[in-house]
Amino acid sequence: MTPPTRTRDDAVRKPAGPSRGAREERRLGLLLCAPAVVVILAVTAYPIGYAGYLSLQRYDLRFPDQAHWVGLANYGAVLTSPIWWQALGITVLITVVSVAVELALGLALALVMQRALLGRGTVRTAVLVPYGIVTVVAAYSWQYAWTPGTGYLAALLPAGSAPLTEQWPAIGLIILAEVWKTTPFMALLLLAGLALVPDETVRAAMVDGATFGQRLRLVILPLMKPAILVALLFRTLDAFRIFDDIYVLTGGSHGTGSVSILGYDNLFTALNLGIGSAISVLIFVCVALIALVFVKLFGTAAPGTEPEHR
Amino acid sequence: MPRVHSLRTRWASAAAGLAVVASTLAGCGNSGQNGLVTLNWYNFPDDSGALQQAADHCGQQSGGRYTIRYNKLPRGADGQRQQLVRRMAAHDADVDILGLDVTWPAEFAEAGWIREWTGQLHDRGTADTLDAAVRTATWQGRLYATPYNSNTQLLWYRDDLVRTPPRTWAEMLATAQDLARAGKPHYVEVQGAQYEGLTVWFNTLVTSAGGAILTPDAQAPSLGPPAVAAAKVMHDLATSAAADPSLPNQMEDQNRLAMESGTAAFELNYPFVYPSMKANQPELFPHFHWAPYPAVTPDRPAGVTIGGIDLAVGAYSRHADLAFAATLCLRSRDNQLTNALKGGLPPSLRSLYQDAELTRSYPFAADVLAALDTASVRPQTPAYQNVSIAVSHTLSPPAGIRPENDVADLHRQIQDALGSKGLIP
Repeated sequence: MTPPTRTRDDAVRKPAGPSRGAREERRLGLLLCAPAVVVILAVTAYPIGYAGYLSLQRYDLRFPDQAHWVGLANYGAVLTSPIWWQALGITVLITVVSVAVELALGLALALVMQRALLGRGTVRTAVLVPYGIVTVVAAYSWQYAWTPGTGYLAALLPAGSAPLTEQWPAIGLIILAEVWKTTPFMALLLLAGLALVPDETVRAAMVDGATFGQRLRLVILPLMKPAILVALLFRTLDAFRIFDDIYVLTGGSHGTGSVSILGYDNLFTALNLGIGSAISVLIFVCVALIALVFVKLFGTAAPGTEPEHR
Repeated sequence: MPRVHSLRTRWASAAAGLAVVASTLAGCGNSGQNGLVTLNWYNFPDDSGALQQAADHCGQQSGGRYTIRYNKLPRGADGQRQQLVRRMAAHDADVDILGLDVTWPAEFAEAGWIREWTGQLHDRGTADTLDAAVRTATWQGRLYATPYNSNTQLLWYRDDLVRTPPRTWAEMLATAQDLARAGKPHYVEVQGAQYEGLTVWFNTLVTSAGGAILTPDAQAPSLGPPAVAAAKVMHDLATSAAADPSLPNQMEDQNRLAMESGTAAFELNYPFVYPSMKANQPELFPHFHWAPYPAVTPDRPAGVTIGGIDLAVGAYSRHADLAFAATLCLRSRDNQLTNALKGGLPPSLRSLYQDAELTRSYPFAADVLAALDTASVRPQTPAYQNVSIAVSHTLSPPAGIRPENDVADLHRQIQDALGSKGLIP
């Protein structure tokens, strides 16, 4: 490779732009990244793009000859359907409640894990066990537990109650299953956040006479903010896509279906690729919006990549 | 250079991996040595061994032309349909024979996934076969499958609690009420969960009341007063002492378990409950009896919904001729007899119901045949799944049914469902 001829202007601008070596290095960096980018585009961008393309068609697998372009009609059908708004409402409710409870419980567990003097390893392992259990397996055990006749938990309820067959009790149990399963994940992320809080700062506050509540509110939580926001972002996105717990516990019946369940039913049961894809794209848009709100409004970033002036 | 070295090793192992995958895929091809063709049969999972035995027998009887590999589909009907749909939508040439639930032939035929049975094949595929079963395999006047087994529900009851079995739903509820007052087991076990079983229950009741869910040409909802009467029966049961508290969550198997556990007096279910009771509850078994499905009105027998499996030949099969021959072998008299005796599934061949061997271990054969002769067929349309979801969602939970309003709602929803318009819940 011949080195580019350098002009006088280049020499003059040199201090402002990156050096030649730096540019070359960047170029090499981009080249080395390229294969990964291509693979990522192939496995993520293609399906997303294809879903977008399908969502603009009337396409029922059972009537392949009748497939035709309908523009945004599928989106119109979804957005004007009370079924979609009901599912979205349920999804938002489950997301907000479960993430809020997980945050509170996770923080408490993180503090316990950090402070535990005896058997710290055992405490951490015990806390993490639910997260290690396969979601579907856990969901089945919850389902059996709450079914009259087979379940030890259902037996604790008044005779004749079948909580999974009624909307609100079932949603409560779905939230419970979610919280049980993912609180350890939240605790783990928050534990990492707690490590960001310098011990001296907390001790200094102690010396100044701050109570535990004040230390938590004024010192620990503000310093942990980046970690909390990342944990909230991860869990909110995850909770919004809730599928497996609902699928196993109620199958989405009795008004407990989330938007993911709705998409699944329309794709795989109704075989309606157009409507199903439109639902998938809308879920994708919702998830992107949530991420945008977190990143732009709350300034969420991975711990360590914060701007210096935090 | 260690990096290059490790990269090379990775490439090598990736290549080796690909080779393994390729050779495995090659092994899946269905032409083996000596020109012996392996036909893939996808059917519901059978634990009794009857289906595997049928596949083996037919392979042996083919005179070296083919062997049949029995592939088990998932347990639930929805899972079975999804797997078959995915394979057929992908034009899978390795699907030779499909075991279809009686509600799927219309859908699979409309999508072009299964082959029509014409000429001699049509005659051999329908010979000595129950009319209602043949109707399930027919779409727009053409035959697309051959009935493998049939099925229907009977009323099962305990004769230590109930002397004479009730003939109508009203009688059954009254008896249950009396038993409840006497502090005895009194539940009526029926499929009340929000799933296809609820649609079957509704379909049976609508037909029993003299109506139908769809018009004869399957282009529009029919419903009307018989549907209102049917919805009322469901609501009456769900709000009476006869209702099991788990009714809104119950499917066939939960019904069976509840009956076996001794909490129920009645059970509306398929004949598989009979061998199960014999094996699981020998002390209850002597009191376990059957009767015809209860009617809605005393003047008209119940039109119980027919169930079962139809066998179809895949549209993309490379060996369609052999697959048709193998399918006819699978549904032969001997194999259906084994299936009935081992697996407890009622045959689709009419003459088998008089077979001494069958009636010995199938003492209710005559009642099953009578029910099948007056059986109703579920709404026959490629959009059956959508119709079924509209029904099961509108009428669930049964205790919340408002007969007039719900039937009016259902009318609108079924109209949309038939056009596969809008969303399904």
